[in-house]
Amino acid sequence: MQENTNLVYIYDGTLEGFLCCVYESYVHREIPCEICMETGQLHIFEETQWIRTDLGHAARIYESIDRKISLEAQDFIKNAFLTCIEDKEILMYRFIGQGYQYGRAAFDRLTDDTVDRLTKAVRNLQREAHSFMGFVRFTVYDGIMVSCIAPKNRVLPLLLDHFSNRYPDETFLIYDRTHQMAVVHKPEGTLLTAMTKLTLPPIDDAEMAYHTLWKCFQHTIAIEERFNPKCQMNHMPKRFWADMTEFT
Amino acid sequence: MQERTPDMDILEKLAILTDAAKYDVACTSSGVDRSGQSGKIGSAVASGICHSFAADGRCISLLKVLMSNQCIYDCKYCVNRVSRDTPRTAFTPHELADLTISFYRRNYIEGLFLSSGVMKSPDYTTEHMIQAIEILRTEYRFNGYIHVKAIPGTDNALLQRMGLLADRMSVNIELPSESGLQQLAPQKKPEAILRPMALIRSGIEENTSDLTVYRHAPKFVPAGQSTQLIIGATPDSDHRILSLSEGLYNKYKLKRVFFSAYNPVVEDPLLPSVFSAPPLLREHRLYQADWLMRFYGFSAGEIVDAKNPNMNLAIDPKANWAIRHLDQFPVEINRATYEKLLRVPGIGVLSARKIIQARRAGSLNFEGLKKLGVVLKRAKFFVTCQGKVSEGVVIDSDTVLRGLLSKNDLQMLPAAAGEQLAFTDVPDMVRVMGGVPVSAFGYLPEERAMQNAGKYEFGIHI
Repeated sequence: MQENTNLVYIYDGTLEGFLCCVYESYVHREIPCEICMETGQLHIFEETQWIRTDLGHAARIYESIDRKISLEAQDFIKNAFLTCIEDKEILMYRFIGQGYQYGRAAFDRLTDDTVDRLTKAVRNLQREAHSFMGFVRFTVYDGIMVSCIAPKNRVLPLLLDHFSNRYPDETFLIYDRTHQMAVVHKPEGTLLTAMTKLTLPPIDDAEMAYHTLWKCFQHTIAIEERFNPKCQMNHMPKRFWADMTEFT
Repeated sequence: MQERTPDMDILEKLAILTDAAKYDVACTSSGVDRSGQSGKIGSAVASGICHSFAADGRCISLLKVLMSNQCIYDCKYCVNRVSRDTPRTAFTPHELADLTISFYRRNYIEGLFLSSGVMKSPDYTTEHMIQAIEILRTEYRFNGYIHVKAIPGTDNALLQRMGLLADRMSVNIELPSESGLQQLAPQKKPEAILRPMALIRSGIEENTSDLTVYRHAPKFVPAGQSTQLIIGATPDSDHRILSLSEGLYNKYKLKRVFFSAYNPVVEDPLLPSVFSAPPLLREHRLYQADWLMRFYGFSAGEIVDAKNPNMNLAIDPKANWAIRHLDQFPVEINRATYEKLLRVPGIGVLSARKIIQARRAGSLNFEGLKKLGVVLKRAKFFVTCQGKVSEGVVIDSDTVLRGLLSKNDLQMLPAAAGEQLAFTDVPDMVRVMGGVPVSAFGYLPEERAMQNAGKYEFGIHI
């Protein structure tokens, strides 16, 4: 098989769709130079190939990742798909190819460009998700806890278990503005869904009182003699602040 | 769940009792993994979670407050000592439990860190604290993280009860020597501090053996115990502080020893003046040394000893060790053991692990090391890849030192009296090597380096 420097696969933007790109590439013995989501954008200089999503084909590839590489690789690919790097699809495609060749040892090839970039992207995703486990702020509206975030990566699937495990009997919603998605949890179950807009009622007095208490604590706990805003921002970059109660 | 609208005098109490608690540095929520349960609120994550960062750059993980800032003791270094004129107040157990659960629910915090001034007696104070956390655990079914301070002098049975409710318990040693304790906290006896520490240790040990027999035996302080030492209030040396920490890790099985740069809040002839700044750089170096002991396989004696009782503030302790042990370098990246790799400045726990992993797939070069997160600026003086030294590495005092000193470190050095780091004052590396000019480690006359190792004090005098 040789890389066709001119061939672009277009898919529907789902993980299953991406897996079908891998499938088609092996069936037709061709290597695309790019795999991208359908955006309606014109590819004038490249030859494009629309890949239809077939759940059966996707399942075969997904299962082959476990069989030929490892179970860990399945999770890795799922996570890689949530990252925010632009060319994630082609890197994932190449990683799977390397995995078929080297098996689980593909992960050891840390100095390979593909493995290097993809592992760093996944690490970045996991770090951001971990940050949000702390930085998510709920405001209570009539018993329902609501939080808005603007992450770079699609962190919601990674946050879902943590928060539904922590607040099993509560009703809460976390809205991701960047990717227009939301997690909705009720005691009966948890749901990940698309959501284009979220309008919230005004905050009531009791809730305001908690905001004031928290701001008071957050402010008072700092030791003036050790004032170090640079260190504060290193740990908690300003992009998070807009959605955090203590800074609003 | 139903919440009571908070009274506004709670705000006042919170301000006072937070302000009084802020000098306690420990705020970690780590050490225990506990899944949530239906019917309860909360969970715990072993790595700990930071929920915010205060303006001083410290992590906010737990609601860190005092039960009360009333205190019968008169420890000279403490803001809550009885002789100080300051507003006093206390939470009722219910107020504190309500506040904790409301903050927890909004994901402001990972749990509660409860300490207290000594009201009436240690037992009386502890009973109050137990009440508050009992309300949290049983009435509110709180399953999140709780860290409590054991008050020295408390009855064993009460400590036992508290340990079954908390995730972490700690006793602050505060002053690293008995003489310091006698002078500054005459009412506290070392025995009163060490007894609860020993009790917690044996409680954890017994509990571990119970747990192997009965899986559902209640857990006693599952996240272990920690302590805090105040730095710079007494003339204790780094050697004293680090040996004490090492002993606490080994003998008392502590999870963490925290260091708190003394913040002069009180004018007293026995203490540093209120106009002196907290020794933040020294605190930073002690934490670096603490890390070396806990994760890098160093012993306290390798960092400081009776002859050099204090660390060099200008350079981090690992680089300092490396410079004094040039005979152990260079290290070949493709063959060195994990332990050897950890000793190289610029290689941390993560990059050492990655090196081990990546070399299974093939031989590593300097380009590859960069991808693995090795700080070549520091490491290049101490390693070879496939037998070769990094290109252009010249070993002279100036470049090695400049390579090892970070900008931040230099900024943190006290510029007092206009004294500056003069690189010319530093013994020339070439001289350290025994007078033989060396252009790179690859050609280092090993034997000579061995002979000279330890002969020279590589100190920067400021």
